[in-house]
Amino acid sequence: MSTSPDGDADTIAAGGETDQETPSVERGDSASAGPDNEGTGTGDTVGSFFDRDITLILAVIGGIYLAYLLAGLALGFEARGLINVVARLTFLIGVFSMLALALNLHWGYTGLFNIGVVGFMAVGIYTMAMVSKPVGTGGSAQVPGLGLPIWVGIIAGVVVATLLGLLVALPALRLRADYLAIVTIAMSEIVRFIYMSGQFQEFTLFGAQLGTGGGSGLILNYADPLAALLAFLGLSEVYDGLVGAVSTVIPNNPAPVVNQFVYAALLMGFVAGFYWLLKRTGESPFGRVLKAIREDEDATSSLGKNTNRFKIKSFMLGCALMGLGGILWYMGQGAVTPLSFRPQITFFVWIALIIGGAGSNTGSVIGGAVFAAVLFEGPLYFRNLVVRAFPVGNAPTTFGEALSPLLSALDVIPLIAFTLDNMSTLRLVIMGVVLVLIMKNRPEGLMGHRTETASTIDLSRPERRETRSDSTPATAADGGRSDG
Amino acid sequence: MGIADTYSDGRRYVVDRPFALVVGLLVILLAVDFVDGLATGRIAVSDVATLVWDGLMQGLVVGLAGIGLSMTYSILNFANFAHGDYITGGAFSGWAVTYLLAGLGRADVGSLLLIGAGGSVFGGALGIGVTATPVAVLGGLVIAGLFAVVLALVIDRLVYRSMRDQEGISLLIASVGVAFALRYLIAFVFTTENRGVTDAGGVPEVRGYLLDGFVTVSAHDATLLVVAVGLMLSVHFLLQRTKLGTAMRAMADNEDLARVTGIPTERVVRATWVIGGALTGVAGYMFVLWKGTIGFNDGWLLLLLVFAAVILGGIGSVYGAIIGGLVIGLTSSLSVLWIPSDFARAAAFLVMILVLIFRPEGLFQGRSTA
Repeated sequence: MSTSPDGDADTIAAGGETDQETPSVERGDSASAGPDNEGTGTGDTVGSFFDRDITLILAVIGGIYLAYLLAGLALGFEARGLINVVARLTFLIGVFSMLALALNLHWGYTGLFNIGVVGFMAVGIYTMAMVSKPVGTGGSAQVPGLGLPIWVGIIAGVVVATLLGLLVALPALRLRADYLAIVTIAMSEIVRFIYMSGQFQEFTLFGAQLGTGGGSGLILNYADPLAALLAFLGLSEVYDGLVGAVSTVIPNNPAPVVNQFVYAALLMGFVAGFYWLLKRTGESPFGRVLKAIREDEDATSSLGKNTNRFKIKSFMLGCALMGLGGILWYMGQGAVTPLSFRPQITFFVWIALIIGGAGSNTGSVIGGAVFAAVLFEGPLYFRNLVVRAFPVGNAPTTFGEALSPLLSALDVIPLIAFTLDNMSTLRLVIMGVVLVLIMKNRPEGLMGHRTETASTIDLSRPERRETRSDSTPATAADGGRSDG
Repeated sequence: MGIADTYSDGRRYVVDRPFALVVGLLVILLAVDFVDGLATGRIAVSDVATLVWDGLMQGLVVGLAGIGLSMTYSILNFANFAHGDYITGGAFSGWAVTYLLAGLGRADVGSLLLIGAGGSVFGGALGIGVTATPVAVLGGLVIAGLFAVVLALVIDRLVYRSMRDQEGISLLIASVGVAFALRYLIAFVFTTENRGVTDAGGVPEVRGYLLDGFVTVSAHDATLLVVAVGLMLSVHFLLQRTKLGTAMRAMADNEDLARVTGIPTERVVRATWVIGGALTGVAGYMFVLWKGTIGFNDGWLLLLLVFAAVILGGIGSVYGAIIGGLVIGLTSSLSVLWIPSDFARAAAFLVMILVLIFRPEGLFQGRSTA
């Protein structure tokens, strides 16, 4: 618990206040609940605690939307543009939150340093595509699939990602954290090489034609997943009505905008599902063993737990969720290519997890949202805003052309234009710097101080708390190491 | 030891390590296939020699870059994922100087310093090569080493130094951040395009006839060989014959004990970065000279191979890094005899994974900087 005490804890105290989720712990230890502790000491139940975390997540996401919308409105974006912005933002928050949650199971709960996230995502979506793409060819560029329904493809993708997890886990989980890191990233690169190779571009399996498409990837020419889901639920007409209603705001072809928006909203449903599943897993006896392994594997195994089996199960579950995350990310994109699965995606997910704080599911979602909005999409949105507000003209093509006017005539405009033009490169620099700053100044992230311990009772020292409780009630945030 | 003992030992081995047995059988199978290929003429001896030479060159680059990684890994106890971008940083700084020296007066300084970003100058047009422009190449080589040293020291000062007492994993994650920032800063300044930097047609070559075909060795191959072997020998003498080497070994063993004994640990750390950085920068420069193209991703793509080499040789072992580099280079180059060339890198990674699983301490037992 390396939380730097007071000030930091205060900032997240809104949801961070306390408390033991396990009823067995008396509120008696709420010596920590200082006089001005906003009355949280009384009647705190698991339910209200849970609610407060949900509120915190919603507040963060709401704040992000507000900032984006206000900035967009101030510069007079039209309705279509604004809805697109919100839809894209929701989509990104959804995918990064899901993946950060899955990674939190590996790193935050079990202490498995997996930097091959993107490999499991790739396996998920590629398997799903290969199973669900229609049989036969639609021209020479089209690689055939097995032509099974989309839900079969999704299940197959998740299963294969899980099996790959098992394959990696069996030999690798005995390794030290840094070795496991190198094995997993090598695995994700091997996966990418396999999909990139022309060898499996098209092959025959038990008489059925299918393939990976090689370097040019796969066109996802199965039925639109959203339309298929709506038809299955019998909601197609309701949906058409929705599109019709939106057409009053966006008269010109509203369907793609609505599709995007509804799909993104669905993703948020999946985030909630992931959150619930991992919360349940973390609170179960199984989850307690995982946390114990993270803290001290030798002690756990000396208590008679077969730590290897627990680690393998946890790894497989996380990989399944990563596979599903990959499917949901790319399913509606029209095509997948191996280029989408470079290791930087893995590091995006890691940055999201670390911003939120490893070990906290709430933190993972908040981290995913903050990463998506501030680091991933923020710089690009900022560029759009700036370009709209102050048209800077054509950007120079090279850094030299951008810099020379500054040196010769103190003209800073070309450099600014060049910077804006290359914002998609520069944002990766920003991400790197932010990651370094977090690791140096607040390695536990926004919510990591609430990392759940394996023990069900509070192990911190009471006397230290007493000395503080008069001046800094916020220590309560540290005292109750629980979270949802 | 009697026959019965041998038999029971063997049986225990089979039961305990089924994976090892499978891998062993696979290796035997590949070897048989190789001999068969040579005997029937399916595999040409000269092709094999070319592949071996190619793998040797690649291995030298990987080994040279690996020494620095291995040293910091054992002394500072963390896997530095930014190491690949030190390679790139060294390469770009060195090549900017080479361009400047080779093209001064023939193109504007800005384009030269940006290594012809945006297609403004071409290395081929400047006629860059080790025989055509030796001064430019030598100047670039020296600057590449120096720049990588400065880069490593500055980043250590800004990032790693205040994190010394943290766990290796925290440092590893921070190094990923450093890697991102460096790589894309280079991309921001020098653009993301891959470009040729040498006058590929103008490099002198020696063609030798070997049994059934020709093997070609270019002047750049020879330069790489001389530079890499020379530097490896110097590092060997430095670590074996000086107090610094002993101090490094002591620190790799037990840092607290080393400090108690009066070893100035911070100064040793700095020396580690200096030596490692210089070798890394030179490796980056030579890699670009050898393959003839430069790109902002070069070091990152090399990094996993470097890790593979370091782990294979045993973390902390300088010889291990060199031998590991050669094994990795030869593996990825020779693997095309059996598998499609798309999987050459995958084969190298697979060797690394197998070593991690069966012999995680590496071939040379690690933790001995010397």
